Amino acid sequence: MKEILSGNEAIARGAYEAGCLVASAYPGTPSTEILENVINYKEINASWAPNEKVALEVAIGASFGGARSLSCMKHVGVNVAADPLFTASYTGVKGGLVLIAADDPEMHSSQNEQDSRNYAKFAKVPMLEPSDSAECKEFTKLAFELSEQFDTPVMLRSCTRISHGKSVVELGERVTGLPTPKLVKDAPKLVMLPGNARVRHPLVEERSVKLSEYGDTAAINRVEIRSSEIGVICAGVTYQYVREALPDTSVLKLGMVWPLPHALIREFAAKVKQLFVVEELDPFIEEQVKAMGIACQGKELTTLCGELSPGRIQAAFAKAGIIKVAASDVIAAEPVPPRPPNMCPGCPHRGVFYQLNRANAYVTGDIGCYTLGFMPPLNAMDTCVCMGASISMGSGMVRALPPEEQKRVVAVIGDSTFLHTGINSLMEMAWNKAPATVIILDNRITAMTGRQENPASGFTLAGEETSEVNIPELCRVLGIKHVRVVDPYDLDATRLAIEEEMNRPEPSVIITNRPCCLIKGAGRFEKGKILEVDQGKCTGCKACLRIGCPAIEWKPNPDGNKGKAFIDPQLCTGCTVCQQLCKFNAIGGRK
Amino acid sequence: MDNAITNILLVGVGGQGILLASEILSEAFMLAGFDVKKSEIHGMSQRGGSVVSHVRFGKEVFSPVVPEGQGDILFGFELLETYRYLSLLKPGATVVANDYKIAPPSVLLGQAGYPPALPEKIMAKLPDFLLVDGQGLALKAGDVRAANTVMLGAVSKRLQIADAVWQQALEKMVPKKALEINLKAFAMGREL
Repeated sequence: MKEILSGNEAIARGAYEAGCLVASAYPGTPSTEILENVINYKEINASWAPNEKVALEVAIGASFGGARSLSCMKHVGVNVAADPLFTASYTGVKGGLVLIAADDPEMHSSQNEQDSRNYAKFAKVPMLEPSDSAECKEFTKLAFELSEQFDTPVMLRSCTRISHGKSVVELGERVTGLPTPKLVKDAPKLVMLPGNARVRHPLVEERSVKLSEYGDTAAINRVEIRSSEIGVICAGVTYQYVREALPDTSVLKLGMVWPLPHALIREFAAKVKQLFVVEELDPFIEEQVKAMGIACQGKELTTLCGELSPGRIQAAFAKAGIIKVAASDVIAAEPVPPRPPNMCPGCPHRGVFYQLNRANAYVTGDIGCYTLGFMPPLNAMDTCVCMGASISMGSGMVRALPPEEQKRVVAVIGDSTFLHTGINSLMEMAWNKAPATVIILDNRITAMTGRQENPASGFTLAGEETSEVNIPELCRVLGIKHVRVVDPYDLDATRLAIEEEMNRPEPSVIITNRPCCLIKGAGRFEKGKILEVDQGKCTGCKACLRIGCPAIEWKPNPDGNKGKAFIDPQLCTGCTVCQQLCKFNAIGGRK
Repeated sequence: MDNAITNILLVGVGGQGILLASEILSEAFMLAGFDVKKSEIHGMSQRGGSVVSHVRFGKEVFSPVVPEGQGDILFGFELLETYRYLSLLKPGATVVANDYKIAPPSVLLGQAGYPPALPEKIMAKLPDFLLVDGQGLALKAGDVRAANTVMLGAVSKRLQIADAVWQQALEKMVPKKALEINLKAFAMGREL
């Protein structure tokens, strides 16, 4: 049967067809939907982990128990999971172990565009790279087989255009007859102490040589000869761009991007007069081909930054004089106002950032919806580096500053990010008596990636009720003496809490307690009374515009006098934050 | 470029239902026997940002992204966004747009005005332009939320796909309780 699947849906389907039994991940764009689809296959035990390191370790444990196991994450998640990855390369596997790394060239939804292929080479594990959804499914299945055949974790690299692209996939059946998981004592392989690891390392190096030889004849590495003039080595979505941009050139399409198939590359290079490597981000393949002593061009033509596209490849090859492209007419539109993303109407973060701005706080921020607090008119976030860094950076920053400046440092972090890697940071801050203030924006969900459950939300990925981390108690046991919970819809209480804790020369934590306004279900977000602006009372002072709520629109008066504010009843959730800002009582419940 | 490929762009604001509309289109093309690819960006764009979805169909489609300046049909869910992405189209392309405005942040804050006379500006560059009262027609069909389906009906007329295929795609992709109104909305769009 044929279906149109996204790359992420196809990876999930591939895991199912491969007989995968355990899957663990932490949400991260563009990888999130893999696990959200895996959970639809009841044969697989799938769950969210608090972070990527834990997710990979859950999968490694299941693999050592004999099950085919999957872990998924975005590219920066692999940084968090790098510790277990590098040593799992030495232990190898029992059941097949596959790690999906979803890269984000162009940084559509990321803080950097690191190239995960370097991890495969660095950790010495093979990496497959599919070029459409059909290959996502087939390569995921193959990854499990190669993992067991070569006794290694296997990485599969996706990217935004593959994970969130959709194409036609032929569905297959789930494999049967895999060995039943069981405990096997195998210390020389599974206990990585120096004595054992020294024995394993040479095996890892031999494995890489064997995998390269496998790649020389494997069907996933494919030579397509169309001309003896120009040959292009490419992989993944770039293969699709090359086929479209340079339809008449010969292509070596690599399905396995590490280790490279050396004999096959030499054979291909000998068949063409000019050899090129076209790849997004780093010159990963190019440098290795050049190190083999083969002349080729790569980053001389294409950029190190951002995505490629058929147009960008054509332009690069035309500029180098390799192909001719006919000029086409361009339809030029005048510049129009931009439409950046914004916090939702009713978002519980809005009032907190408004008060942080007023308090002249210097905000060390973190990764989540609330990172949008840096944008005007709130302008209340000053740093954002990586998951969990807000607290530890705030802790470090106060050590560098004179006392008056110390007071201004406030770290802001979401519940899911706090549980991901913020706990260690808060432990450090308490332990070393750093007098910064921390605000945990607890909206009961991992909102940015599309509302995934987390260890404080009370539900599992499957929607079952479960234990719930008590965040205020957790802060106290980490050693924070001053922990207070505040309603972020109450602007005065929020301001008071921020002022008092900023002035306290000790570590302190403020926790907000309103759920994300997009989470549905009993006991979660409930709409308040929809508000409207009394046009007779509105003086046009614009105080309500200072929170940047998408439900409030400024309408200029056509006769040139002051305009007035309007509230869109379709968008308003009745959070009352704007109402509290209005000094003229012009905002009230809708009649 | 392969002329046998038809390139469709769906543009609008996050939350307008662009993803579902592009899925219905893709489903119809697959059912009609074509190769189909589609691409869009999730994540940040969900928060009221500008959204573009690319749908391509033909005998064999390579890139999931429509090359710049190669769009055949622009399917606009919001007027300003429709205008913003005209540069993705080829000269002579078709534009079908909902006559619906959502103010961007700078307009909400009173720092800029919503650009005036956009339909006229679009028409001047691309005469094959259909402006649809999506919300108004959807209300007539029974539910304002079916505005996208009205638009889909209007776009469908420009594509060589049989009625039965559209019906089958809608039946598969639209929730059962909303199907009747959506089929009606689709038919109204198709008459435009």
